[in-house]
Amino acid sequence: MEDIDAIAALQDPVRRRLYEYVVAQGREVGRNEAAKAAGVARTLAAHHLDKLTEVGLLESGSRRLTGRSGPGAGRPAKVYTRARAERAVSLPARDYRTAAELLAEAAEQAGLDAGLCAAARRRGEALRGSAAPCGGLEEAMEMLAARGYAPHLESAAGIQDAEGAEVAAGGAPAVVRMRNCPFHAVAERFPPLVCGMNLALLQGLFGTDGPVRARMDARPGECCVVVENPKNNLH
Amino acid sequence: MTASVRAAHLAQLNVATLLHPLDDPRTAPFVEMLGPVNAAADGAPGFVWRLVEDGAADATALRPAGDDVIVNLTVWETPAALWDFTYRSGHLEAMRRRREWFARHVEAHLVLWWVPAGHLPTVGEALERLADLRANGPSPRAFTFASSYTAAEAAQHLPTEPQAQPTP
Repeated sequence: MEDIDAIAALQDPVRRRLYEYVVAQGREVGRNEAAKAAGVARTLAAHHLDKLTEVGLLESGSRRLTGRSGPGAGRPAKVYTRARAERAVSLPARDYRTAAELLAEAAEQAGLDAGLCAAARRRGEALRGSAAPCGGLEEAMEMLAARGYAPHLESAAGIQDAEGAEVAAGGAPAVVRMRNCPFHAVAERFPPLVCGMNLALLQGLFGTDGPVRARMDARPGECCVVVENPKNNLH
Repeated sequence: MTASVRAAHLAQLNVATLLHPLDDPRTAPFVEMLGPVNAAADGAPGFVWRLVEDGAADATALRPAGDDVIVNLTVWETPAALWDFTYRSGHLEAMRRRREWFARHVEAHLVLWWVPAGHLPTVGEALERLADLRANGPSPRAFTFASSYTAAEAAQHLPTEPQAQPTP
């Protein structure tokens, strides 16, 4: 399937709503749930979800959503997740990825981490477009969503802070994690360089003297940065 | 998949040239990370073994590759397990700040190779693999993340590879 055909499949508004819903969940989504979220009948949702799978935008599998197994547990339900493959179309043809990979390779070999991070920080500040630092996690989520990071709130309950102090009782502070790395292809090839660049970009975007702080907290399958409000146990 | 392929583990050596001694204040942030990061490695999925000096918590005082060169020698079940620990754990923060503490290497500073499961590589063996990579480029004998070989490829190319030789 050509990228342009896969992307063209999203022109249908119902299909697009279903795709965006599945992608935003970051987990397997069943037909009933997707239909409800998109506000359409289950059979129509099933048709579009299968079409999205056919063109390679989603992957499908089957799970017993009831948690039961054995005889009487019912048929396994079909579930959908975002496909890992990247899709891009550029008209006229452009190849910024090769340029990015070559520049990253040269920067890695020359040890240009500090210069790259300084440039990324300046870019983040310019993107913010305001002298004031980011005011809170909600604003940070909007800024991250606009840049394609697919942010989501995660409760930090039970997690101790960096100094080992207990998180204040009565409202576990949340951190913003991101399901998508906008720099994935180059970040996989040169992680310390590109993840460091990404952190500097976000530090510039949010400011380092406001209530919101970006710091590195890498885990498999997600962006390496978390955004938190270190003082939000004062709520 | 044959039994010999399943029974292979991935060995990893990396060397880092310190800009300042370990007890220098400029290196203190790195030294503070050693305990937590090593603990994270020990508990990471797919971790098998890491070199530790007798009576110490890590291998930073061993200097087999030069007075100012620290070595890190580990064994993992799979390349993916090593990759996730290296770049998708608290270890990434140490990697991000590497230029503050370590000199930039012109030559390869990390080498990967397959060992029979149960074999714990010696420092001498590890340095040989690094020398092989530096002299000959990536091969099934000595490679990198970017130029990876499977255990099956390594087994094909190394018919005379000794199996689990006793450590001296």
